Order: sequence, then structure tokens, then C-alpha cells
Amino acid sequence: MLPLELRDVSFAINGRTLIDHVSVEIGAGPRTVILGPNGAGKSVLMRLCHGLLPASAGRIIWRGAGSADGSRQAMVFQRPVMLRRSALANVVYGLKLAGVSRAERELRAADVLDAVDLSAVSGRPARVLSGGEQQRLALARAWALNPEVLFLDEPTANLDPNATRDVESIINQICAGGTKIIMSTHNLGQARRLGDEILFLSHGRLVERSPVEQFFKQPASAEAAAFIRAELPWN
Amino acid sequence: MNDLNRAFAEAFGLIGALDAKLVEIVTLSLEVSVAAVAFAAVAGFPLGAALAVGRFRGRGSIIVLLNALMGLPPVVVGLVVYLLLSRAGPLGEFGILFTPAAMVIAQAVLVTPIIAALSRQTIEDAWREYEEQLRSLGAKRLNAAFTLLWDTRFSLITVMLAGFGRAAAEVGAVMIVGGNIDGVTRVMTTAIALETSKGDLPLALGLGIILVGLVIMVNAAANLIREAALRRYG
Repeated sequence: MLPLELRDVSFAINGRTLIDHVSVEIGAGPRTVILGPNGAGKSVLMRLCHGLLPASAGRIIWRGAGSADGSRQAMVFQRPVMLRRSALANVVYGLKLAGVSRAERELRAADVLDAVDLSAVSGRPARVLSGGEQQRLALARAWALNPEVLFLDEPTANLDPNATRDVESIINQICAGGTKIIMSTHNLGQARRLGDEILFLSHGRLVERSPVEQFFKQPASAEAAAFIRAELPWN
Repeated sequence: MNDLNRAFAEAFGLIGALDAKLVEIVTLSLEVSVAAVAFAAVAGFPLGAALAVGRFRGRGSIIVLLNALMGLPPVVVGLVVYLLLSRAGPLGEFGILFTPAAMVIAQAVLVTPIIAALSRQTIEDAWREYEEQLRSLGAKRLNAAFTLLWDTRFSLITVMLAGFGRAAAEVGAVMIVGGNIDGVTRVMTTAIALETSKGDLPLALGLGIILVGLVIMVNAAANLIREAALRRYG
């Protein structure tokens, strides 16, 4: 279903413009990181792409073949929302909604829990798992759907360094399986580790799009340069 | 004061001896109210869930109406159900006026708005938390409603309790449609009203103590279940 094209997309709510005339085409392949300060509109942009929010103006088009409705996509949120049932049942739930046959659900769910190293707790209620485990479970739930595109909205913002490392490693595995990664973060180190290209967002506008190396060495925009300078000492 | 002491002593005597008449009245009370709450839950939970996740014209008005109906006066419900079930009424042919079935209907009518309104609030709060995740996974509103009903199941126990408390405590509706017939439709609240007016204070007080005790026990049990479930499921 890729490439995903945003054609002059804006989003405003209560008179505030959160996304301001963004036009961009995102293709298969490189891991795309949406970078920018808090309040830049990263989460809103991802929600627009994922279809959780309707654009106020402009169009969002999945231009590629197959699943023209953009149904083969998944999203992992900053704070995972787990259902009051077991870890395994949470993954099975997603597969059920996706129309996977009953016989296949449990097998796939068990496989993917194994891949994120949660087999040992698959029978435990999901909500009593640690924050890091819950985020891995959220990744597993999305991964099990075998999406063509996976959106990740600051997936490690609430996690400690160890849990962050686990999550990043899983994201890399999902990417290696051929899933397009589109991720937002305000963490420069993470953008560097996980990104191939950077979309830099500031005040709802797409300020810059560059390959990751170039972005950090020679940002094309003054805003990006300032952001990198301000953030670097802490990374 | 002396009267009160004697009444208490006799009340505990009746309770201790498991007085047959007392047991009969308590049993019928429980049967009627539990059945009413069960019917009200079957109607009220889906209604609450639909109002919580649905978006349609008139939704706001229905919610206001439902919240207002939580305060329905039992005697008015009793009167309306009486008219429906009486010989000349539209449901008169069933001949269930002055039977426990009529009392169940009246209490169910009384309790359904409570269960629907409170579950609507509970499920709507959960929907706010779950909405993006569920929609992201492709859940339609109908899927979401069932998912939320199941996921808030421990809070909904408390909602049912509120309904049970209301049903067990009301006098007006069961008095009108049941008739307080000895051995047939006499429940705790109607018996208390009758025995008090007859002057048999010990029996009235004994029933009152049992009624309060039962409500406390049911709430305590439900609270234990809820606490244990939250510890287990988070």
C-alpha cells in the first residue's frame, strides 16, 4: 500500500493549527523518524497518517498496490493500553479483530510473544506486567498483525534505558522482517540509532527532510540546527 | 428506651432461632431483588455500553433522561406497573398482579436506569482510555462496546450492587404490585412497614437488622471480589 502521500495536509482543533500544510511522500524501505520538540505535532501527524484523526484540509493517500484502504498498518503508542486479560489474550484479541482464523491466532500469538521474550509471562494478566514488558507486548500485538507499515509514537518515552534497548532491538527485528517503520521521537540518540531518514517537524510544519547522517552533520534548517544544539549535551 | 431494648432482644432472638416466618420473608426478598437486578443488568449493561461508545442524535438527551430516571419514585413505578398488569391493563391477561413476578418487574423497571446510567459512565471513562488503541486495531464500535463491557467487569459489579441496594430497600413498588400478601408477596420492607403499624416492633426491627446486615454483607463480598480482581488483573 506504500507509498504514503500527504498532500498539503493540515489539522486544526479549537482554532489551533497543529499540523500546517504538510506535503510529503513516504516510501517503503528506509526507517523514517519524525523528530521535533514537544508540541511540534509529531503525534498528531502519525495519528493523521494512521487514520485516527481526520485531516482538516488536504489529502492522505495510500498510493501503492493492495490494501488501498491502508488496512495493513499498526500503531504502538507511547503508553500501551492493555486489556484486562492475559498477555497472550491481548495479542490474540488483535488477531481476532484482523480476521485471523481461530486456529491460527494462538499459534501466531505464541510465536510473536516468543520473539519479544515474553513467553514466560504469556499467561499473566497484561496490566500487571512492568512498563517495559507492556511496551514489548504492545509491539508483539502490532507485529503479530504482520503490518506493511508500523507507526511508533515515542515508544520508549516512558521507559528506562534497559527497557528502551529491548524495545529498539525489537523494532529492528520488525524492520528486518520487511515492515516499514515510521517512528516519532524527541530523543536524538534514538533517532540516530533507529532512523535512516529524518522528518524534522517544528510548530506543525515539516521543516526538513534529510538522511540521518546528513541531518546530524549538516542540518539544512536553522530550527533543526538549534534543536540539535540544545539537545546534544544530554545525549 | 425500654421498648427499644426489648425490641432488640426479641429481634436477635428471632434471628438466632431462624424463625420460619422470618426466613420465608427474607428468602422471598432476596429472590425478588436478585431476579430484578439480573433482568435490569441484561437490559442496562448493553444500553449503557451503547450510550458510552455510540454517537447519534439525541444521545445527550437520553443520557440526561437516564440520569434523571435513577431517582424514579418507587411508588410511581409501582403504580404504572400496577396499571399495566391489572385486569383491565394491556398485560392483564397474564394475571401476575399480586405475585412475586409482578414485584420482579417493578423492581427491574426501577433498577434498569440505575444500571444503565452508571455503566454508561464507567464504560465511557474506559472508552476514553482505550479508544485510540481499539480503533487502531480495527475495532468497530460494536466490538468496542463488548470489549469494554468485559474489561470493566469488576467496576460493573459495583454498578450492580448499587442496583441491588435500591431494589432491596424500596417499599413502594413492591407494596403496590405485590400487595404484601402473607406468605405470597410479603418481603422485608413491606413486612417492616406492616409490623410497625401493627405494633409488632421486635419482628419489624429484626427484619430491619437483617436487611441492613444483608446489604452490608453483599457489599463487603463484592468489594472483596473487586479488590482481589484488581490486584490480579491490574
